Amino acid sequence: MATMSLRPCGDFRTTYKQDTVIFDTRNSRWAMVLFLMALYVMVLIPVLAPGVEEAPVLSSLFAPFYNAQYLSLAIQACYWGIAALGLNILVGFTGQISLGHAAFFGIGAFGSAYLNNTYGIPVVLSIPLAGLIAAAVGLLFGSPAARIKGLYLAIATLAAQFIIEDLFIRLDWFTGGSYGSLANSIELFGVTFDTDQKFFLFALSLTIILFVLAANLMRSRDGRAFVAVRDHYLSAEVMGINLTKYRILSFGISSFYAGIGGALYGHYLGFVSAEGFTILLSIQFLGIIIIGGLGSVMGAMLGTIFMVLLPEVMAGGVDIIASTEWGNTPMITNGLAYFKEMAIGAAIILFLIFEPDGLAHRWRLIKAYWKLYPFSY
Amino acid sequence: MSEETAILDVQGVSLQFGGVRALSDVTFSVAKGELFAIIGPNGAGKTSMMNCISGRYTPTEGRVIFKGREVTGLKPNQRADLGIGRTFQNLALFGHMSVLDNIMVGRHHLLKNGFLRGALYWGLAQREELAHRRDVEDIIDFLEITHIRKAMAGTLPYGLRKRVELARAIALNPDLILLDEPMAGMNLEEKEDMARFIIDLNEEWGISVIMIEHDMGVVMDISHRVAVLDFGQKIAEGLPDEIMNNPRVKTAYLGEDDGGLVFTDDDEEVA
Repeated sequence: MATMSLRPCGDFRTTYKQDTVIFDTRNSRWAMVLFLMALYVMVLIPVLAPGVEEAPVLSSLFAPFYNAQYLSLAIQACYWGIAALGLNILVGFTGQISLGHAAFFGIGAFGSAYLNNTYGIPVVLSIPLAGLIAAAVGLLFGSPAARIKGLYLAIATLAAQFIIEDLFIRLDWFTGGSYGSLANSIELFGVTFDTDQKFFLFALSLTIILFVLAANLMRSRDGRAFVAVRDHYLSAEVMGINLTKYRILSFGISSFYAGIGGALYGHYLGFVSAEGFTILLSIQFLGIIIIGGLGSVMGAMLGTIFMVLLPEVMAGGVDIIASTEWGNTPMITNGLAYFKEMAIGAAIILFLIFEPDGLAHRWRLIKAYWKLYPFSY
Repeated sequence: MSEETAILDVQGVSLQFGGVRALSDVTFSVAKGELFAIIGPNGAGKTSMMNCISGRYTPTEGRVIFKGREVTGLKPNQRADLGIGRTFQNLALFGHMSVLDNIMVGRHHLLKNGFLRGALYWGLAQREELAHRRDVEDIIDFLEITHIRKAMAGTLPYGLRKRVELARAIALNPDLILLDEPMAGMNLEEKEDMARFIIDLNEEWGISVIMIEHDMGVVMDISHRVAVLDFGQKIAEGLPDEIMNNPRVKTAYLGEDDGGLVFTDDDEEVA
């Protein structure tokens, strides 16, 4: 029947356990493990054995991990990716829209800094606690979802975005008001994660853990319930799923992820200010999951990477245009500044038209093409 | 029907939408292990009756008693926990889930792992998932949909979707299953298969069945008892043979024979 299995011929499963794995084939699983291990090794080696990166061949290999810009992009991909995954659980899996994700992201950032600064809770603990605070606020602002859907829910979450944004300025004791608040570096077992390399290791580990948790959630009872609520809420209810519970729970889990992402962001920058959590960021998160693929765990990360790299690539393009003779035309020089923003908008539109299932689906198609080549079936 | 053996008691149920009276004072009872059919012309209130039993609608008056317990005010998910499963007249599968996951959703209320244990997917949660997977495979086997278990439900042809929906309802492990037109739009072969499945789940799995169906041949062949609704009222109830010969039922289906509908030459002229 119409199953798109990419398993090689003869790869039979003999237990149900084998049939419920996250990665469909052994190769894809090991490719992922190796990729992540390579990331760790590449970052760790220069830290553990300084000087290695200057050896003739290795220097070019390790260059990206010494390039501050690349590392900061990678870290950005981590904290955005975590938050985007949260939004994908809410929007992609449960089918509820949220325009207030940036606000929960902000709560995580301020919450972690607040817990650490005020109560002296170590940062490693304050990050998950900040996630819980964000989850609690998310449950509160998600409660309208029990009654309303679609556009009306979008407006309700929009209200949440503005209310929380306003509170960031007003709640001096929590956020430091318009001055913002300082966030300390992460410390664990006596190691301070103060450099970008070390911070990346921490962020990467957290990202892996949270992505694995989400993937597990989606193959167990409550993950299925989320998708059931999205696909057909009436029959989901008849199947014994408590709609109110799952609609609100989805907000809670989504905000938890946003909070963790935000906390990571705060401790990375070392300073949290209320300006960073506007509706634009909320929309950017929506853009990420649309580009990455709604309802796909991996898609959240692919979309994030796309969104992180897009401005960089565009900036490169702008530099090239500016260096040609067109670069002297006033109309173009003035317009170039907006090129990045326009590119994000254009990317979202193009994805909606040509690949509504996002990069995750495109990735599956590429794999299928590779496996089936030269036939298309 | 005596109280002890009745699995479902519908007592004087009325349902009103503003001025429209969808059901008025309908009373019937379904015995444990019975295959009960509800028939009636279009718009007679059959699906409304179904919705009152499954909890989609709350009756304006009357009571619904399931396994000796009043369920009138309960939500659909609470009734599912108690053991009422149903299928829909218009397909209501989860289109973007695989057939397997669709059926696993039916196990929802039997699974105990919440989102925390589910996210860890370790030990108990995993064992539980796999144990229920085994049960689901039995259902898949029974309904002969093994070949499509990994297919997306939304891509399946109509007849198979109906079958998956039945599988999902069985996965609830219900004591009573409500089938809303399980054979609508099927060809003869598919109807025969479906009829066989319904008889099997009734006889072998011991699930009581309430079925709405328009195909009189099937209804009269497989059901134990039949109730007839017309304009929201129950006009007859009894064994299939009795219903077939019931004058009120004939009237409901074929119209009244008051001599006025006989076409004569005069009528033609008037028209």
